[in-house]
Amino acid sequence: MTKIFKSLSTGMLIGAAALATAAQAESGDTLASIKSRGELLCGVHPARHGFAAPDSQGNWAGLEVDYCHALAAAVFGDADKVRFVALSSQQRFPAIQSGEVDVLVRNVTATLGRDTALGLNFAPPIFYTGTGFLVHAGSGVETVEDLDGATICVAPGSTTERNVAQIFASRGMEYTPVVIENNKQLVDAYVTGRCDALTKDKAALPGVRAYDTTDPKEHVLLPGIFSKEPLAPAVRQGDDQWYDIVKWVVYATFNAEELGVTSENAEEMRNSDDVDVMSLLGTTGDYGSKLGLTEDWAYDVITQVGNYGEIYDRHFGPDSPVQLDRDLNKQWTDGGLLYGFPIK
Amino acid sequence: MSHLDGSIRGGQKPRATLGTIIYSKTFRTIATQVVMAVFVVMAGLFLYNNVVENLRAQSIATGFGFLEQDAQFDIGETPIPFNATDTYARAFLVGLLNTLRVSAAGILLATILGFSVGFARVSSNWLLSKVATGYVEIVRNIPVILQVIFWAVVLRNLPAARDAIDFGGFAFLNNRGLSFAVPATDPVHGPMIFACFAGIVLAILGGYLARRHRENTGRYISMLWPSIGLIFGLPAIVWLLGGAPTALSVPALKGFNFRGGVTISPEFTALLIGIALYASGFIAEIVRAGLQATPRGQIEAARSIGLRPRFVMRFVVLPQALRVIVPPLTSQYVSLIKNSSIAVVVGYPDLVNIGNTAMNQTGQAVEAIAVMMLVYLTVSLVTSTFMNVYNRLVAIKER
Repeated sequence: MTKIFKSLSTGMLIGAAALATAAQAESGDTLASIKSRGELLCGVHPARHGFAAPDSQGNWAGLEVDYCHALAAAVFGDADKVRFVALSSQQRFPAIQSGEVDVLVRNVTATLGRDTALGLNFAPPIFYTGTGFLVHAGSGVETVEDLDGATICVAPGSTTERNVAQIFASRGMEYTPVVIENNKQLVDAYVTGRCDALTKDKAALPGVRAYDTTDPKEHVLLPGIFSKEPLAPAVRQGDDQWYDIVKWVVYATFNAEELGVTSENAEEMRNSDDVDVMSLLGTTGDYGSKLGLTEDWAYDVITQVGNYGEIYDRHFGPDSPVQLDRDLNKQWTDGGLLYGFPIK
Repeated sequence: MSHLDGSIRGGQKPRATLGTIIYSKTFRTIATQVVMAVFVVMAGLFLYNNVVENLRAQSIATGFGFLEQDAQFDIGETPIPFNATDTYARAFLVGLLNTLRVSAAGILLATILGFSVGFARVSSNWLLSKVATGYVEIVRNIPVILQVIFWAVVLRNLPAARDAIDFGGFAFLNNRGLSFAVPATDPVHGPMIFACFAGIVLAILGGYLARRHRENTGRYISMLWPSIGLIFGLPAIVWLLGGAPTALSVPALKGFNFRGGVTISPEFTALLIGIALYASGFIAEIVRAGLQATPRGQIEAARSIGLRPRFVMRFVVLPQALRVIVPPLTSQYVSLIKNSSIAVVVGYPDLVNIGNTAMNQTGQAVEAIAVMMLVYLTVSLVTSTFMNVYNRLVAIKER
């Protein structure tokens, strides 16, 4: 009897150890599994216009969606080999931790807590924004200071929820939060007047105003940005190679814009004798194979998806429904924060 | 083989040797149970270790240490004081109290509605019984989540705060909820609550004495009015002794919202109506089944000995009906408590809503969910226990 138990418990311990190691991400694992699967699994926001939302034909569109395409282009040379997994704010971290998605490009603010306690690694931010407030026009609210005593609609589990607490506490003001998980219900609660203000990342609010309200003119964005929200793609800790790929695909889109390489002129730029352009497009060096990719990985990204400026204009530019000034999202050469590390 | 001889030769008490123990039925039953229990515990430990190992391997934080950290978020409805500098543990407590608040109100409302509709279902009044049938079919055949969202949308579309529907200056209904005047806080309120409890205890005692009297002498004494007098009269006397304070805290529109008085939020109301109506449909059917379970002959017998219709219901039908009603009623109460977690979709800060936020802020999904599961389990088991005690009181006493 004891012998059976002994072997049983040993078996269990071995099983536990085996399972434990199986779940740990090893360098190279992610790229290998993406390749054998034949598609990239990309975790995106279910409906945030400008970042990720299905369009009228049911195709995913948005800045973050384009970064999923860019990663697929870098890995497969085909921007369409990606499957989008829509994740609520509650689902997003467990989904990346468990390996249900390969990368999380889902309005995630990079913070120290998430970097450490959640076991994540953050690629460079692809969008800099901060907490903003949308209020009813004609409510007499012109600055955030006018919101003392207001009822504020906010999504749960977001950094925004903490920011609001901080913004009001630091000004000695009071407020009542109404926390609703479902985005439709949340926006509806604000639009019908249950809340005096809706708070989200400022970059998300023009989309709400354009798509979710009956009359966009009835709603105004309060001036000012009230927190730092660097939105960055996240990967699991432990697989440095995949982390590097995500990181450098982002830098490639930054560098392409800085160097003037666009989806239209990339073909002819291949003949350029500028060494930076040559390194980017893979006509010199072996930077692609260092990442475990083909040499023209960035060429595929730029021709199929575009450089950062093209991606931005497609979703937030003057011709898009959710126009937004580039602000901090300009190149460092224009006074913005985008600073692509050199591909050398 | 002496032990075999011993057991075969009846009469003589078999000696307890290793052999007899192993072959005895009791031993084998117990042994199987023990082996099963050990196996279940080991499987549980294995799963637990696996989770902990995996989380550690992925450098994801584990443990319940986060409960001591500052929550850093605010909560809309707080039965106890709470702000962003309080701990996650206190945030969970606020969530639990909110869950209990809406569940208790829900159980009360569902019981009143369910019993009324259940009685109406068996009523001889054609219209009343058809209306009750229609009500039951509607409320129990629409998913509860849709009902809650429906009520949330209805309440949200009430007039804005400055156009609030005014009930004589003492209550205001608007899309921020129902604000109504309440007596201003006064030191006499504590003793009044105590007096009310004392009244309830005395009323129960009185009811018991009246029953003893009835069982001994056959004389019926109605305790209805004396009970009402005790429960409401005692606090009233205390109130008078306390100087009869009449000051009211009246809600008034200040800035964005009504301040003063008491405000019931639309989220609470939507959730309460949604889960209570849903449960009331099932309770009505349980009550109907209970009432119809009393054999017809007994009712006729009771009438034939000249009992008034009120007494037929009270002393013949109800005692037997309750035996049928209480066990399924318990499971309705428990499922109502669990249904209150739908709060998430309308934004009522219940345990799950706050647990979700905590889970997201800390990333400790396993622990946050474990806390929530444990709390629901405890609340449900406590409810069942109370109902089982009550069931034992009304169950048939075998004599």
